[in-house]
Amino acid sequence: MSQTSVNAPTGPQAEYQAFLDEGRFMLQLSPSTGRHVFYPRVLVPGSGETDLQWVPASGLGTLYAITVNRSRAGSYNIALVDLDEGPRMMSRIVDRETAPIGCRLQAHIAELDGVKAVVFRQIDQVQP
Amino acid sequence: MSGSLRGQTAIIGIGQAGVGIATGYSALELLGQATISALKDAGVQLSEIDGLFAASSSHAFPTLSVAEYLGIRPTFFDGTNVGGSSFQMHLLQASLALQAGLCNVALICYGSNQSSAGKRLVSMSEAQWHETPYQPRHPISAYALAASRHMHQYGTTREMLAEVAVSARHWANLNPQACARGPLSIDQVMSARMLSDPLSTADCCLVTDGGGACIMVRAERAGDSSKNPVYFLGAAGAQWHRSIVAMPDLTVTAASESGPRAMKMAGITHADIDLVMLYDAFTINTLLFLEDLGFCPKGEGGRFVQNGRIAPGGELAVNTNGGGLSCMHPGMYGMFLIIEAVQQIRGDAGERQLPKVDIALLHGNGGTLSSQVTAILGSAVTL
Repeated sequence: MSQTSVNAPTGPQAEYQAFLDEGRFMLQLSPSTGRHVFYPRVLVPGSGETDLQWVPASGLGTLYAITVNRSRAGSYNIALVDLDEGPRMMSRIVDRETAPIGCRLQAHIAELDGVKAVVFRQIDQVQP
Repeated sequence: MSGSLRGQTAIIGIGQAGVGIATGYSALELLGQATISALKDAGVQLSEIDGLFAASSSHAFPTLSVAEYLGIRPTFFDGTNVGGSSFQMHLLQASLALQAGLCNVALICYGSNQSSAGKRLVSMSEAQWHETPYQPRHPISAYALAASRHMHQYGTTREMLAEVAVSARHWANLNPQACARGPLSIDQVMSARMLSDPLSTADCCLVTDGGGACIMVRAERAGDSSKNPVYFLGAAGAQWHRSIVAMPDLTVTAASESGPRAMKMAGITHADIDLVMLYDAFTINTLLFLEDLGFCPKGEGGRFVQNGRIAPGGELAVNTNGGGLSCMHPGMYGMFLIIEAVQQIRGDAGERQLPKVDIALLHGNGGTLSSQVTAILGSAVTL
């Protein structure tokens, strides 16, 4: 578990995890460009603006790609989710083995191996 | 300006060691044996090497470890590590250094004992912190994600992926050095154990040992060598991401940038290419690279490879050694793309020899579809 407080002077990576530990899924937003950034960084990738501030994520996204890792110990999926704010993140769909690409998803915060992480649940069928 | 590199350097020697299982040998021992073999092939003394290019899955400072082991003091060295594509980049770096007079005899080399040491892929690749909680399997999960997207977007099927593995096996069956030989059907690939949907064990490259090396000199010296020199015609690298989550479009790799730049430097078109060597760590790679390098339209890779088009006797000769899927894969396979291309251009490829190979395109891949480096090699008639 992270010992970092959100108030301590730490980098964006530690701040992101500290928010998760408090039960909040936060994204960085650069007001001057209107761009959201994930994973959290100290600059907007590609253009370098540093006016990044934390904003709550809508938690909504669309499934971009998915695989199910299989082994004798069991199976679990690895998903890439396009957040409604723009960035893509790796995650898991937790309420089923797999899901159709294109389906809508809702974020939740769960504990994976003792670490708070953003996971998703499917909220509707594939968009027509 | 980049055109000035075309035809200015050449590979005059190649060597391999311990391809398959080399129980009891270390990575550096296999690299050393491959180097001795390449030096003999080139007619060059170890003490003449003054340019060293190396990447490794097991040594943090590859040029330091290799130079010490070989007992050489290179005047120029480069340990660029962009995964399996490192050696295509080293062809470019060595050509630049030779052309600039920074060295006179360049050694590009690699060795791995990953199979006999642990029977699994050895990698120094660090986990990506934003991916770690989800425990993706490195590297297969990333390639499986790309395959899932390609299937969704373009109607690519598991049968089409299987055709890549079957074509590679048919080539391997013509190569006595290949590690996986024997019959392989589409049904067998389809029914192999699933590892990471939609990729089964038969969609994955082999895990083998092996060392490889080549010797490169300026073209004027190459003319004095006993073997036919194989000339460097062009190369280019492109990298757009590190972790799969940052790949802009999982169906388009940076090969779509490196390929055209390398071909422009070489001054060639697709019609000039006799042999295509693609880094096939997984079956999806071959489809993506055929598309991105312009051999077929985007999304058509699966349909392109059907009916044996890239198998022996097909329209396009791809991975004639059997590839990473059926020939060998000692962790960073890019070195062995060079060795097969040189053998084919020399006309030394035995039963699998193509009737005419004057120009070969080699495409290296590194990371999780991350680093893409294309190189073009040619015979003397291409100068």
